Amino acid sequence: MSVEALSRIQFATVAIFHFLFVPLTLGLSALVAYMETRYARTGDETYLKMTKYWSKLFLINFAVGVVTGITLEFQFGMNWAEYSKFVGDIFGAPLAIEATVAFFLESTFLGLWMFSWKRLSKGAHAALMWVVAFASTLSALWILLANGWMQKPRGFVITGGRAQLVDFGALLWNPYAWIKLFHAGTAAFTLSAFFVMGISAIHLLRGRSTEMFKKSFRIGATVGLAASLLIIVAGDLSGRQVAEYQPTKLAAMEAQWKTESSVPFYILELPRPASEGNAIEALPIPSMLSILSYHDPAAQVKGLLDFPRDQRPPVLASFLSFRIMVLLGFLFVLLALLATIFSWRDELAKRRWLLWIMPFAIALPYVACELGWVLAEFGRQPWIVYGLLRTKDAMSTSISPADVLISLVGFILVYGCLAAVDAFLIVKHARKVEE
Amino acid sequence: MSYQILWFVLWGTLWAVYFMLDGFDLGAGMLRPFLAESESDRSVALAAIGPVWNGNEVWLITAGGATFAAFPLVYASMFSFLYLPMLLILFSLIVRGVSIEFRNKAAGPRWRAGWDRALAITSLTAPLVLGLGFGNIFEGLPLGSGGYRGDFWGLFNGYGLLTAILFVALFLQHGALWLEYKTEGALCQRSRKAASALWFVVLVVAAAFIAATPIATRLSANYVASPAWIAVPLLALASLAAVKVLHAKARTLGAFAASCATIALVTASAFVGLYPSLIPSSLDPAAGLTAFNASSGSYTLKLMTVVVAIFVPIVIVYQFLVYRFLKGKVAKDSIEY
Repeated sequence: MSVEALSRIQFATVAIFHFLFVPLTLGLSALVAYMETRYARTGDETYLKMTKYWSKLFLINFAVGVVTGITLEFQFGMNWAEYSKFVGDIFGAPLAIEATVAFFLESTFLGLWMFSWKRLSKGAHAALMWVVAFASTLSALWILLANGWMQKPRGFVITGGRAQLVDFGALLWNPYAWIKLFHAGTAAFTLSAFFVMGISAIHLLRGRSTEMFKKSFRIGATVGLAASLLIIVAGDLSGRQVAEYQPTKLAAMEAQWKTESSVPFYILELPRPASEGNAIEALPIPSMLSILSYHDPAAQVKGLLDFPRDQRPPVLASFLSFRIMVLLGFLFVLLALLATIFSWRDELAKRRWLLWIMPFAIALPYVACELGWVLAEFGRQPWIVYGLLRTKDAMSTSISPADVLISLVGFILVYGCLAAVDAFLIVKHARKVEE
Repeated sequence: MSYQILWFVLWGTLWAVYFMLDGFDLGAGMLRPFLAESESDRSVALAAIGPVWNGNEVWLITAGGATFAAFPLVYASMFSFLYLPMLLILFSLIVRGVSIEFRNKAAGPRWRAGWDRALAITSLTAPLVLGLGFGNIFEGLPLGSGGYRGDFWGLFNGYGLLTAILFVALFLQHGALWLEYKTEGALCQRSRKAASALWFVVLVVAAAFIAATPIATRLSANYVASPAWIAVPLLALASLAAVKVLHAKARTLGAFAASCATIALVTASAFVGLYPSLIPSSLDPAAGLTAFNASSGSYTLKLMTVVVAIFVPIVIVYQFLVYRFLKGKVAKDSIEY
């Protein structure tokens, strides 16, 4: 295989793996901070127990998130040196700022939080976790500003074959990045809420520490309902941005081949890229795609056939990741709504079927989060920087396929072990409840 | 002073601070199996670095990010030319990070022994490969008009290995002093003995490094051209002497501070010699990457200067406050995780 193919597989592997740990860090840090604040305010030991229980799981997850994040900073230089040279002026800045303003804050205060239980007041200790939660969101913002620039480059000029920053404001106020923060943030809270609900449900089914897990479940349900409702708003905003900024991605994710107006949305649809058309188109909702994309029933949607072949993203991957993500998004609202109603009415004991579903439902937001990134990144292809630089021109020139094969095998082995150890520890500590 | 020169200085400073801070937790990680004899020793030695290692490592992430932002060509070249060494550093940091965090998350003796071994090995491999990489950068990488001509095994030359040993020796002494400062009883005594012995190791390796540098590299040219800069390596040697003097007087924290200064000044000495190159070429001086031909545009450099001027002092202040909060011996009751 070529350096290009191997590097693409490697980046997909390390990025997807890293993002298994990011959303839980973002959401659970705030949930733990909330629990500890409740403890500090009320002195209720249940909240202390709750804080300790969920923070153990948080810390295990956080450790893997941190170490796999370093990989991404290394990746751009190691495998994508031509990309790094082309965009370093612009892309490097938010990465460096992320480390300086956010990652320092997050790691320093989390280190202090871990070792200062007995040396700080309850309120001060809880405040440290709020700093961690704030810093992790701040970190996400800068990473998304960097990614947002790849999706919608702005505020730059091309000089001497390299993109140079001329307007930091344009980079900072890139609407693409802020909507993505909203989308990724609400998704992270949904995932964390489902994580809390799913694990609480197992304990509630077994009747252990019922008081604490009922409360945990209720927090998860409430946050999950709010966050999953907000995802729909975020998803709508994202979709309209894609329509505006990345018409090829829109056409691919909707499997829209011909340019049409008043385009219907087919509830059942399956693209057949080989014949440049769809194998299945059934149950249309008239004008719905035009409405979703432009909030205008008459709007025209540009089809893939009107773009040169070498500018079209992979259709099947974009289409399926989008469809499944959206489907799951609505499922989250439904499940979180039921969970909220039953937990606030204190009827969970009577609705054991829901408690049986929730542990399995933990996996679903993970799938949806990863599919969101698959859509964002596959859908941007063949560009690494939309409209400016192609992925195939972004590779390091000094590395050989053997180098990348060694590193890819290395990543698979190291990450395979990490995944196994992480899963072992999460299960072990999720089971362990101190009475 | 142009922004390119300023950023060369900042680049060197970020690396110096990284070596100075992560150096002691890497050193403590290497020494831990030899100094900690009981389970209690091992958990105390781990708690001595537990709260701060991650914050220290972020200086590396920042140095990497700043290289990307200020000198994109250097970032791209360093990471892609030195592909396999970078991979080794990365895997070391990954395994090391989880070994610190996971070690106490399960109780089995084999579980703990396994992570202890992983921590010791990766605490050695990370500085070893970093030193090897920097040694080769000091010599110049085989960079010609046709691109990079080096290979992995070519990095294992005498001077590269010597620099690697220098890094490890400096970090070992640094880590021993930190453990002596943070621990009590027999563990503290063993750390103290190790620090005493390691001082002589550092002295011998540093002497060899000073002797080899003018032969293997062009770093001495700047010193010949402007001899006043010799003050920097002289201060490095003075700091090393201060380590001995303060340590002999049992002023452990002072000796540790002198060791911080030694590491920062050794780094500074090398970067004074390197200037204005960031990656010199061993084949053709004109093909090397310098602060002037490899930097970002002035807009980005100005932006990053503002960011660094505001936020790095803030980081230094709160990291300092955290260190002050945790000062003194490891509190046994703090070992919760």
